[in-house]
Amino acid sequence: MNVESEIGQEEPKIAVDVSSIRSDSTDESLQTGESPISVEVNDLSLFYGEAQALNQINLRVPQKKVTAFIGPSGCGKSTLLRCFNRMNDLINTVRITGKINLLGEDIFDPSVNVALLRRRVGMVFQKPNPFPKSIYDNVAYGLRIQGSFSKTVLDEAVEKALKASALWEEVKDRLNESALGLSGGQQQRLVIARAIAIEPEVLLLDEPASALDPISTLKIEELIFELKKDYTIVIVTHNMQQAARVSDYTAFMYLGDLIEFGDTKNLFTTPEKKQTEDYITGRYG
Amino acid sequence: MERKRLTFREWLRGGDPGIWLTAGTVSFSLIMVFGLLFLIMVEGMGHFWPKSLVRFQMLDATVSDRFRLGEMVDRETVTADQVRSSGIEVAVGRELVDRTLLKTGNRDVDGFDFYWFLDDHIQSRDFPLEVFTAEREEWGNFYGTALGIEQGGKAITMLENGLWTEINIRLDRKRTIKKRIKQIEKKEMGGVNYRLERLRLRLRKLEMASVPLSDTRYSEIKLERNELDTLYATLSGELSALYKKINRDVLVAETINGNLLRLPFSTLVNVFQPNKMSIFDKVSHYFMKMAEFILDEPREANTEGGVFPAIFGTVMMVLLMSVIVTPFGVIAAIYLHEYAYQGKVTRIIRIAVNNLAGVPSIVYGVFGLGFFVYIVGGSIDKLLFPALLPAPTFGTPGLLWSSLTLALLTVPVVIVATEEGLSRIPKNIREGSLALGATKAETLWRTVLPMATPAMITGLILAVARAAGEVAPLMMVGVVKLAPSLPLDGNFPYLHLDQKFMHLGFHIYDVGFQSPNVEAARPLVYATSMLLIVIIVALNLTAIVVRNRLREKYDGIDT
Repeated sequence: MNVESEIGQEEPKIAVDVSSIRSDSTDESLQTGESPISVEVNDLSLFYGEAQALNQINLRVPQKKVTAFIGPSGCGKSTLLRCFNRMNDLINTVRITGKINLLGEDIFDPSVNVALLRRRVGMVFQKPNPFPKSIYDNVAYGLRIQGSFSKTVLDEAVEKALKASALWEEVKDRLNESALGLSGGQQQRLVIARAIAIEPEVLLLDEPASALDPISTLKIEELIFELKKDYTIVIVTHNMQQAARVSDYTAFMYLGDLIEFGDTKNLFTTPEKKQTEDYITGRYG
Repeated sequence: MERKRLTFREWLRGGDPGIWLTAGTVSFSLIMVFGLLFLIMVEGMGHFWPKSLVRFQMLDATVSDRFRLGEMVDRETVTADQVRSSGIEVAVGRELVDRTLLKTGNRDVDGFDFYWFLDDHIQSRDFPLEVFTAEREEWGNFYGTALGIEQGGKAITMLENGLWTEINIRLDRKRTIKKRIKQIEKKEMGGVNYRLERLRLRLRKLEMASVPLSDTRYSEIKLERNELDTLYATLSGELSALYKKINRDVLVAETINGNLLRLPFSTLVNVFQPNKMSIFDKVSHYFMKMAEFILDEPREANTEGGVFPAIFGTVMMVLLMSVIVTPFGVIAAIYLHEYAYQGKVTRIIRIAVNNLAGVPSIVYGVFGLGFFVYIVGGSIDKLLFPALLPAPTFGTPGLLWSSLTLALLTVPVVIVATEEGLSRIPKNIREGSLALGATKAETLWRTVLPMATPAMITGLILAVARAAGEVAPLMMVGVVKLAPSLPLDGNFPYLHLDQKFMHLGFHIYDVGFQSPNVEAARPLVYATSMLLIVIIVALNLTAIVVRNRLREKYDGIDT
């Protein structure tokens, strides 16, 4: 609750900031209405060596909403997502130009502590990647890294995170068993619990349901719906129905370009660009 | 239905020859390995079995060497020419002759333990019941008949059926006294000597620091030394009393040809009548001998007795090496794999590391001697043990340098295995940890390294397998034929890294090729080899069990 109120207090200031930037912005289609902005991408280009993967991306991700990135494989949506928590730093050949502001702070600034940034921007990957530790240790992992919390604090945080990710009822009797014994869907929810245990401001989901069966997928989608009350969520998905179901805003990307960004409902019913229409009506393979 | 016959070409293309070739290679390897193990086991295990004593009555012999008594060791057929050329007469017209190798013992009487006898020269053979085998602390085995016992120089008259009971009682008495003597010599006197040596060092240090003679420390040392001297005198008094006691009894025996011999009980290790033993007696004797082999110290230039110091030295050295090589190799692998820039230099380092594994081990021995022993050890002596010079402490081959040399020899294996393990950790696990705000070091320490432990242990297993069997480099950096004491004892600092030690691998070489009596030592070589194999397998199995436990923990990780 503490985090929320802080964000709440900062809201007006950011809103001002954002509006000033927005007035500079030339691309009208990036306007997202009244919601305050959480992540702001300005002229972001990314190169893998010589190959350009992202081209002049401008984007405003609204706070406490679900924003979906859709587009064909290789269009750069995961790459863009991984810029938000600087996961691309791990690849030596990557070169980035442009800016990403997270709540008004430039994340590419040399003074930024990447580990601290990643605590504020949680991430869930395509394949469930629980650590080979107990369920409890998995959820407590992020907190333990931050320092020595007492057993009671950890217990509470673990329970809260597992409840928030709708896993508590299923695992409360076997917290000390290996997380590898859970099913794929449970593992993915565990990974979400692990990410929200450290109370990030933004939660990045990189195709979180693509390796799961339909029932597990449904559970994850319900979970996303619950989580957006507290977190700004950015989700990358291949599945357009999923994007339509869970997101408030959708960005369509194609070959490294952000083609169209807008309200999900509008984008799916009345796309402005022909490419978007072609894609969502299935005219791209 | 008629089956279509394959043409040769079709058979070739179907891949059958490949299957036969691969399966054949595997079977060949298996046959070689199991054949070797079987040979070692049969030859080695047989060594402990109490062999019956056979008596040959010789043709054309004088009264003094009419009979031959001993254990049958070997039989073979040779050409008559070969026998003739060594100066032995063979009936004309014979082409092949059979001969038997007899272990006749009684080296003090005959000069040799082993003789070949042509079957043509043997009139008859039988197994007399009353003969006995005496294992002695010197001169090897004695074979003959027991006549009586002398106590304090006087013959004791007793009933014939009581003789063997009496022999066993006196043998037990001798063993008890011997045990006490050993305890005094090794432990108590050894301890006193050790403390005296330390006193001498303290004195020497004082002298070197030119502390004036009036200093109270001199008198302290003198006082302590007097105390120790008194203790030493008491102990040596007890010792000489014990030696008197142990020399009281003498077993009077005669050889099969009637030579009278007096065998002091103090020199007897074991006395038994193999031809009278039941199968049960033989089995219990067998296990007793086996226990002696594993638990006792060697006698008679290592050709008799046990190999305990060698077992101890081998295990100690391997453990010490593991303790050194594991952290070293793992840390190096972590840097190479996780932090070093993956470019040309890293590639060259990797190639160099891999090639280190191919350097002949004797080269490591020479390096160890030159670098560790002379340079490092010599410097340690100058810095830490100046009082002992010119006698070297660490500047001479020893346990520590052996372990270090072998650690150097095996470090490539650990590096390669650990790197392999690190590269097998799925990328998404690392990313998962980083995404939670862990730094690279935290990710390594909390997630990656625990998951790579099975691979590290695999590296250790390979290192141990290589190190335990290595002999050549050890000969230069610390292994000796006979070490008077174990590197681990009750005197501070308990583990003596500077001491020389015995090693099973070197023991095999020494007994098999350096001993004065190769025939006598051969079974012992097999038994020692078997023991070395058993120890290596045991060390490896321990590591494998640990590794499999860890693996279970990480089972089911999606890569």
